[in-house]
Amino acid sequence: MTELNIKMTKEIELLRLVTVGSVDDGKSTLIGRLLVDTKGAFEDQLLAVRKQRGAETVASAAEIDLAMLTDGLSAEREQGITIDVAYRYFATPKRKFIMADCPGHEQYTRNMVTGASTASAAIILIDARNGVMQQTRRHTHILGLLNIPHLIVAVNKMDLVGFDQKVYEGIRSEMQAYCEKQGVQDLICIPMSALEGDMVAVRGENLAWYEGLTLLETLETLSALGDIDSKPFRFPVQLVNRPQTAELPDYRGFMGAIASGTVKVGDEVVVASTGLSSKVAEIVTFDGNLQEAFAPQSITLTLEDDIDISRGDMLVHPQAVPSDTKELVANVCWIGSEPLSVRKKYLLKHTTSTVKAMVNSIDFRRNINTLDKESADELEMNEIGQITFKLLKPLFYDSYADNRSTGSFIVIDTFTNNTVGAGMIV
Amino acid sequence: MSESEITEHKLTQLKALEAESIHIIREVVAEFRNPVMLYSVGKDSSVLLHLARKAFYPAKLPFPLLHVDTGYKFREMYEFRDNYCKEVGADLIVRRNEDAIAKGMNPKDFGVARCCGLLKTQGLLDALEEGEYDAAFGGARRDEERSRAKERVFSMRDEFGQWDPKNQRPELWSIYNGRIHEGESVRVFPISNWTEMDVWLYIREEKIPIVPLYFAKERLMVERKNMLIPYYEEMKDQLLEGEEPKMVMSRFRTLGCSPCTGAVRSSATNMDEIVIEAAAARRSERETRIIDHGSNSMEDKKKEGYF
Ligand SMILES: Nc1nc2c(ncn2[C@@H]2O[C@H](COP(=O)(O)OP(=O)(O)OP(=O)(O)O)[C@@H](O)[C@H]2O)c(=O)[nH]1
Ligand SMILES: [Mg+2]
Repeated sequence: MTELNIKMTKEIELLRLVTVGSVDDGKSTLIGRLLVDTKGAFEDQLLAVRKQRGAETVASAAEIDLAMLTDGLSAEREQGITIDVAYRYFATPKRKFIMADCPGHEQYTRNMVTGASTASAAIILIDARNGVMQQTRRHTHILGLLNIPHLIVAVNKMDLVGFDQKVYEGIRSEMQAYCEKQGVQDLICIPMSALEGDMVAVRGENLAWYEGLTLLETLETLSALGDIDSKPFRFPVQLVNRPQTAELPDYRGFMGAIASGTVKVGDEVVVASTGLSSKVAEIVTFDGNLQEAFAPQSITLTLEDDIDISRGDMLVHPQAVPSDTKELVANVCWIGSEPLSVRKKYLLKHTTSTVKAMVNSIDFRRNINTLDKESADELEMNEIGQITFKLLKPLFYDSYADNRSTGSFIVIDTFTNNTVGAGMIV
Repeated sequence: MSESEITEHKLTQLKALEAESIHIIREVVAEFRNPVMLYSVGKDSSVLLHLARKAFYPAKLPFPLLHVDTGYKFREMYEFRDNYCKEVGADLIVRRNEDAIAKGMNPKDFGVARCCGLLKTQGLLDALEEGEYDAAFGGARRDEERSRAKERVFSMRDEFGQWDPKNQRPELWSIYNGRIHEGESVRVFPISNWTEMDVWLYIREEKIPIVPLYFAKERLMVERKNMLIPYYEEMKDQLLEGEEPKMVMSRFRTLGCSPCTGAVRSSATNMDEIVIEAAAARRSERETRIIDHGSNSMEDKKKEGYF
């Protein structure tokens, strides 16, 4: 590594990835494989998961249990399954990756949603022997709702079906049809063997009929960031900074992370809840004031006028204000053990504000196999549906399709304090 | 918008991590009654403290720092801690498990697990209870160890400060649910997504002061079970047969208690050289910590309340 390389390592982009799919389809094995092949795992970590004790070094991936690299809990290794998300990291000269390895078991869907919610690309693993399973569809549907920009189908365990192209094509067309039905446009499909490494980081010799990129090449060339900085300015206020010191007696700064868009000194901004407006006086950071800032930077804004703003308020662009409503319609992925039902009360946390809400209606429940709408009185754990909430006070929002930050919320059970639902505003 | 303007609006991965961490730190201050930042004097703590200063600038830190001292930290760490906290105007609280220290707790006679359990875990739990803190920031990173890779950013703890890894609260997008019952608390890990490499790159980039032990120098060391252990005069009676202190060009990748932290042979005397060395490292930094050896140890300790 040289001076130039240091600069590159610092300046490469971040891509958040997630692996999903049905139980035992090879998600953890694939992540183990990627870690080994990109040298993202250290020798002592590899030694700890080798199949036979005694050896001083690990010469090849065949000597270790790849899934054990990521299945970090003792209960997981005991049962040979993944229970909760593991976050692993690796970098290539082109990019740094944060990978969330999700559990396949239906029981742990809540953990899959956790891992997927921040991802910009998802790898859906399918065991070539079993094809598309119910859990594959559930995960794919959730990815669709979460609006994950890039979906990659990995038809795995090709070694167990003799690397047969027909098997691959069958699964590929079934997945393509399922995804098209819910509006997902471009689906990338790759045949592979996570265990043996074919088409993961290297092409191997067994899948010569496949002409596309390897998984790693694909990951390195996906467009990394969304277009959050080209959307209208949204700035949910986290805190008001009032040092009240001798040097800064009257200072009032509004602290937050820019959810979308850009802001410049002198820009007019409006408080969404009150309609009051002012101009940006300063964009303050520890490293000096900025002329311009953009999502997802964390900054502090001072305004020219002294207007009433507190946590939970949102500063927005005057010509593109968010919608407001006391009747919120959203797709909800239910992850609480107690079912959601009509008239139940919850708290919704949306950006930095938390509001009381009541379930007004369950508009429909989605059948994840057929994607049909069904009527329902309750949403049980792991079910997905469209819900209308009545809110105690208005919420300022964008649709999830337009803006992931201002279009999402979590549902909190007021009794247990647990997070029981993931909401995506329609 | 022109091409150049578009690229200008991309955050480098290090700046993206910084923005995420600051957001997390501010969320905690907004939602908790009485937060505290655990400060272990190591490089991760240095980064964490730096991020916290950035988060609240131009105001002072709105929470104190808590150092759970075992009494076994390196001399250089105490010096650095006191000077640096004064320099940045941080309010530092130091707590020790005086009971166990008075009883002569040490890793050699009582075992590493017991010593750590009392001086670190119990010391921490007592200090958190005494201060009635409902949120404690820590500098743990998911890339350190495979059970840490499983941890949420907001990690719930019951009334006994314990972690239940099989039943963690879902954490969606960057919306953190900080609601807890009386007696419960959270551990918050703002640099969860940073790797060791990111930490070194950031320290280099931001010129963050760190304990001089991280830089290579000729140091008096004893070699024990493949580990380089720094030698101090007081250790004379604890030397094992055949051990002889000698000068070794070495540095630390991670800093813990002096009897249980090993150094590595290194010639990296400045940040550039450290970054280059980190990029070439084939073994993880935790390997130089005796506490992590043995099967499953980190997960068990975490369940009991260790960081
Ligand atoms: N032959 C073969 N076996 C594989 C391949 N990928 C994974 N396996 C095996 O399939 C089994 C399950 O793999 P895991 O990686 O644990 O599966 P998973 O998807 O992470 O499972 P959960 O997380 O519990 O849902 C293990 O025995 C793997 O060795 C492959 O490409 N070929
Ligand atoms: Mg798994």
